[in-house]
Amino acid sequence: MLIKSVAPGDCKEFEVTDERVYLNRREIIKKLGFVGVGSLLASSSATAGISDLFSASPTPAVFQQRALQFDAAEKFSETLTPEAKVTGHNNFYEFGIEKQQPAELSQGFKVDPWALKISGEVENPLTLGYDELYSSFPLDERIYRLRCVEAWSMVVPWIGFSLADLVKRARPTSRAKYLAFETLYDPAQMPGQKSRRLGGGIDYPYVEGLRIDEAMNPLALMSVGLYGKTLPPQNGAPIRLVVPWKYGFKSIKSIVGIKFVEKQPATTWNLLAAREYGFYANVNPAVDHPRWSQASERRITSGGIFTQNRIPTLPFNGYGEQVAGLYAGMNLKKYY
Amino acid sequence: MAINISKQWLPRIKVLVHLTALYPLINLYYAAIKDQLGGDPVEAVIHFTGIGALNLLLIGLLLTPVAQRFHMGFLIQFRRMIGLYAFVYALCHMLNFLFFEVQLNLQLFVDEVFERPYITVGMTAFLLLIALAATSTKKLRQKMKGRWQRLHNVIYFIVLLVVIHFYWSVKSDIVEPLTYATLFFILMAFRYKKLRRWKDKLLSRR
Repeated sequence: MLIKSVAPGDCKEFEVTDERVYLNRREIIKKLGFVGVGSLLASSSATAGISDLFSASPTPAVFQQRALQFDAAEKFSETLTPEAKVTGHNNFYEFGIEKQQPAELSQGFKVDPWALKISGEVENPLTLGYDELYSSFPLDERIYRLRCVEAWSMVVPWIGFSLADLVKRARPTSRAKYLAFETLYDPAQMPGQKSRRLGGGIDYPYVEGLRIDEAMNPLALMSVGLYGKTLPPQNGAPIRLVVPWKYGFKSIKSIVGIKFVEKQPATTWNLLAAREYGFYANVNPAVDHPRWSQASERRITSGGIFTQNRIPTLPFNGYGEQVAGLYAGMNLKKYY
Repeated sequence: MAINISKQWLPRIKVLVHLTALYPLINLYYAAIKDQLGGDPVEAVIHFTGIGALNLLLIGLLLTPVAQRFHMGFLIQFRRMIGLYAFVYALCHMLNFLFFEVQLNLQLFVDEVFERPYITVGMTAFLLLIALAATSTKKLRQKMKGRWQRLHNVIYFIVLLVVIHFYWSVKSDIVEPLTYATLFFILMAFRYKKLRRWKDKLLSRR
């Protein structure tokens, strides 16, 4: 039996945007693109991009999320990003490069059965099946800031367990210095892996990595849910990493493998553009992305275009107290 | 083959072009204000107006070759209107960035324009486009005579800058910017005689 526990001070539901509003948004975007087809000038005057002409139509079925049992988080001082925006605005190139595409193209994604394989330099290699993702460790709610490298941010109530607990269970050997994560590779289900255009020219599977002391930090979360329910596919179902003091691309989604290794593993965005995306990718207002400033960010909450907030970006995304020690003595301008 | 339309149709087509260009823009800002533009309305309005401006610029470049090839002289009358709408979309694009992205932080705006090459390129294109929009009236055209055409030939350079701006702005998804670049080069290929003439002139000057 699943019982959702809610603490008195909890604010999980208070700003949830109705799903109809969210679906209505899609209708409007469709209409914007549809304007004036049939007249010579109209066919491309101001519609969205050319490649929209070839876009697959969205899958109508909606992925079924389940309610989860977890320890609710303490009240958080910052406004949560509404659920509809957390689940409607995603970078998950496996399901398309545009922000709304993952929500549209991932609804048929199969998460059960699942196998998360822990291997490499460990004494206790193990594989977690779908049910074990939810039952192996007690689940907590954690409200974290999420800072995208593109200079926007959200506040998300995640549900999951500490990566440290998983690491301890695997019992790493003395040779284990890094963790190498891997996303599912399944082009039949992930259209971005099949099409270079949809997938943004990335070589799949998506890979990410952490140093083992980073992985052991209590903030590092293996998330299986958000807003009280299991993760929807566009947010990385059934299990994803959340490393709140690093840019979002470090928080790899739909994980099938965690390998303990001796050498620093390759990471997807670093392979693609090393000058723009480092291995560490710690949120750092003092180190700009070569093509834009990282000194401030736009916080995505509810409201229209006139209520968007630009706020200063904090070192380590505001988690310096908990994580700065991991990088003592390191030149963070060099190891960005 | 010549395709011509009777004069009485021209104003009606013009009204249609106005509506076609304006309706998406009104719709866009309505949705953006009502928070119906997805997770990040700021990104949505910036991308939509940017792509819209580029679409209109390319349509503008398409009119002359089509008019020549199919003897559709009336199309030439639409160049100014399409060009001005391209300017309107570009203006919205720039203002979106200023108002909603950097939120009137002028220091940040200026820093970004000068420090980020892709924004520098885009802003250069926009400033040049202002010059063309400002001199687009019939009166100025007659007054400037030959210099007017020389100034307005800058449009080819502007579209090139816009294509570079787009290519440079994306993270990894280069298919769409490359599609636009290809379309631009096809449209320029229609003008190879003009381009060759300029090249010859340039070389003979040396």
